Amino acid sequence: MASAPTTKAAAGAAAQDPILKVEHLSMRFGGLMAINDLSFECRRGDITALIGPNGAGKTTVFNCITGFYKPTMGMMTLRQKGGQDYLLERLADFEITKRAKVARTFQNIRLFTGLTVLENLLVAQHNALMRASGYTILGLFGFPAYRKASKESIELARYWLDKASLTERADDPAGDLPYGAQRRLEIARAMCTGPELLCLDEPAAGLNPRESLALNTLLQGIRADTGTSILLIEHDMSVVMEISDHVVVLEYGQKISDGTPDFVKNDPKVIAAYLGVEDDEVEEVIAEVEEVAHEVEGGQK
Amino acid sequence: MATVSANPARAEASSTARALREAVFAGIIAFGLFVLYVGLKTDQNISNELILVQRWGLLAIFVGVAMVARFIGVLYVQPFLKRRRTAKSEASDLELQPSYFRRNFSTIAIIALVLYPPLMVALFGTQGSLKWVDNFGIQILIYVMLAWGLNIVVGLAGLLDLGYVAFYAVGAYSYALLSTHLGLSFWVLLPLSGLLAAVWGMVLGFPVLRLRGDYLAIVTLAFGEIIRLVLINWTDVTQGTFGVSGVAKASIFGIYSFDVGAANNFAKVWGLPMSAAYYKIFLFYVILALALLTAFVTIRLRRMPVGRAWEALREDEIACRSLGINTVTTKLTAFATGAMFGGFAGSFFAARQGFVSPESFVFLESAVILAIVVLGGMGSLVGIAVAAVLMIGGTEILRELTFLKAVFGPDFTPELYRMLIFGLAMVVVMVLKPRGFVGSREPSAFLHERKSVSSSFTKEGHG
Ligand SMILES: Nc1ncnc2c1ncn2[C@@H]1O[C@H](COP(=O)(O)OP(=O)(O)OP(=O)(O)O)[C@@H](O)[C@H]1O
Ligand SMILES: [Mg+2]
Repeated sequence: MASAPTTKAAAGAAAQDPILKVEHLSMRFGGLMAINDLSFECRRGDITALIGPNGAGKTTVFNCITGFYKPTMGMMTLRQKGGQDYLLERLADFEITKRAKVARTFQNIRLFTGLTVLENLLVAQHNALMRASGYTILGLFGFPAYRKASKESIELARYWLDKASLTERADDPAGDLPYGAQRRLEIARAMCTGPELLCLDEPAAGLNPRESLALNTLLQGIRADTGTSILLIEHDMSVVMEISDHVVVLEYGQKISDGTPDFVKNDPKVIAAYLGVEDDEVEEVIAEVEEVAHEVEGGQK
Repeated sequence: MATVSANPARAEASSTARALREAVFAGIIAFGLFVLYVGLKTDQNISNELILVQRWGLLAIFVGVAMVARFIGVLYVQPFLKRRRTAKSEASDLELQPSYFRRNFSTIAIIALVLYPPLMVALFGTQGSLKWVDNFGIQILIYVMLAWGLNIVVGLAGLLDLGYVAFYAVGAYSYALLSTHLGLSFWVLLPLSGLLAAVWGMVLGFPVLRLRGDYLAIVTLAFGEIIRLVLINWTDVTQGTFGVSGVAKASIFGIYSFDVGAANNFAKVWGLPMSAAYYKIFLFYVILALALLTAFVTIRLRRMPVGRAWEALREDEIACRSLGINTVTTKLTAFATGAMFGGFAGSFFAARQGFVSPESFVFLESAVILAIVVLGGMGSLVGIAVAAVLMIGGTEILRELTFLKAVFGPDFTPELYRMLIFGLAMVVVMVLKPRGFVGSREPSAFLHERKSVSSSFTKEGHG
């Protein structure tokens, strides 16, 4: 928690350099307001966590950012390293990955189960390979440029396989992997698109403690090695507290808290919402949560 | 189990009784199925009246065959299969090395195909080889090529196309019309027909590909019918149901011709006796080359980003989009590539037949091609080729089975039972091998070793 004393300075810097700025985002499904006037920012190079109880609208926010839903209202601006801005609500879903460089994973894993692990990672490099193969035509006649690009793509895949500790299983069908490995493969696949912002929808759901640890290592490795910013939905508070720099809390489509993990953890509104308790029980809950936090810190040591 | 081993005689008796019971049931079902199709037949008598012919003898044979087959199946075949399965599962850890023949199947098959026409000439003489080269060789290879073309759309990209024959028709009519009106040669029109078919694939594909699954299937079916109806009704250009006749023959790159009157007639130049067989042998090699081109391009494309995107699309379209793949253009390229090979096959068909009419492009053709793809195992070139040989070769073989007339009487025409046998064969194959002859998938790239992917992981696609 070294960042705690410098929070103000960091926030100042981030105000100038957010990678993603979501402003007044609303999404309506018929009569249901799944997201209601939501604004938040993700800082470049940070891990931002989006938390909230079931049905709060977290996945819907992801679907809006990645273009799978067109928001009813609002503006989402992605600023790349080079300084170009992309208005995400105006791009088609595949263009958001291709041009704005946002990659995502899904709450219920979506792998190409009948392709091998390696092939999954090669499909993710589609656009780069497409260009290298002269939109198939040059590749069809075996031009050396494509052969070189093809080798490089396998090297990149090998790099991410190594990071996700999947090298052993590279030639097995993706559907044959255990659950935790499938989660890691989905993240590795998203990374193969070369994103600047990586959106992960509940990456730790359903993982056993050992797999959960492997996931944390992978995510921290991603941030350290590539500087990719991460936006993360997570229910597992130990994961959130341990790896995130900034937490946004949603309830019923509205933001109820926004700040450092320490700040959010102690926000009575969050505790009440997250645990669904009456106001007078909040004090009790805070004590409990603090206990848990101590345990987590103890675990770290 | 203990009671069974203690009382083997009783066990045998009970299994015989069960087989008998099953046989009776099979007989009843067969009777119900065939009484209207086989037992009764509508016919016209001399004064053109519709009369009902009763064929109880034939029906009895059908029912008898069903009963006997079921009896034997239950009593002998089922226990045999069970024993073999247990034996196999015990021996499965002994990794079976595939035989030399299996490992080099494609090479052996290609060599055999290249040697096929000379072998037929040697066996049956120049004139006698005609039937074997044309009816069997060329006919089967056309379907192999069509099925390989459709495989790109259905097997790789997972788009269920029930109107594939439309592109075959576009290719055939492109060649027939452009060669009769503009006098262009086969070798110019072959790529042109493919191109035109591909363009049609794009034009039809664009509005259609937003649909998924069953809806896509229905609309492609409708497009197939629309093309056929246009061919029938646009009489000024296509001459309707009369079709376009006198379509020019292909030549050996303009050097030798196969027209009887031409000075550079192949047989004349080489001083051979006149025969239609040379043209057919030449066509055999043309279609062989075209089919191999289809296979080559398919294999190449599978290792390229488009090919991988097709397969990824079949597995999960949403995941594809999340990886930045433009699914609309990816589907369109699959549709257009498949259509192009259909167009090539169509122009070849026109050159071979010398005559095209809408009759050749009915829905049944689409269904047969699709059946070959499904039977062979979606995505597998070898499986599909084997399925084409069995289905198309099987039909042609039926024509040859004249000895059946001796069994069933002189009126018996085995070809008429083609669809019945097809249906039966498909049911049997799908029960035994639900993913087709070759269910597993060869990966397009590997890191350590190439392992084929079991069919239980691959998906059929929904769009
Ligand atoms: N396509 C849709 N059509 C209609 N309603 C939807 C749609 N997608 C989401 N919703 C509704 O929006 C609300 C928010 O759903 P969302 O999936 O975003 O929740 P979540 O925060 O991701 O929950 P969980 O933690 O369970 O994943 C829910 O009430 C859900 O029923
Ligand atoms: Mg969710």
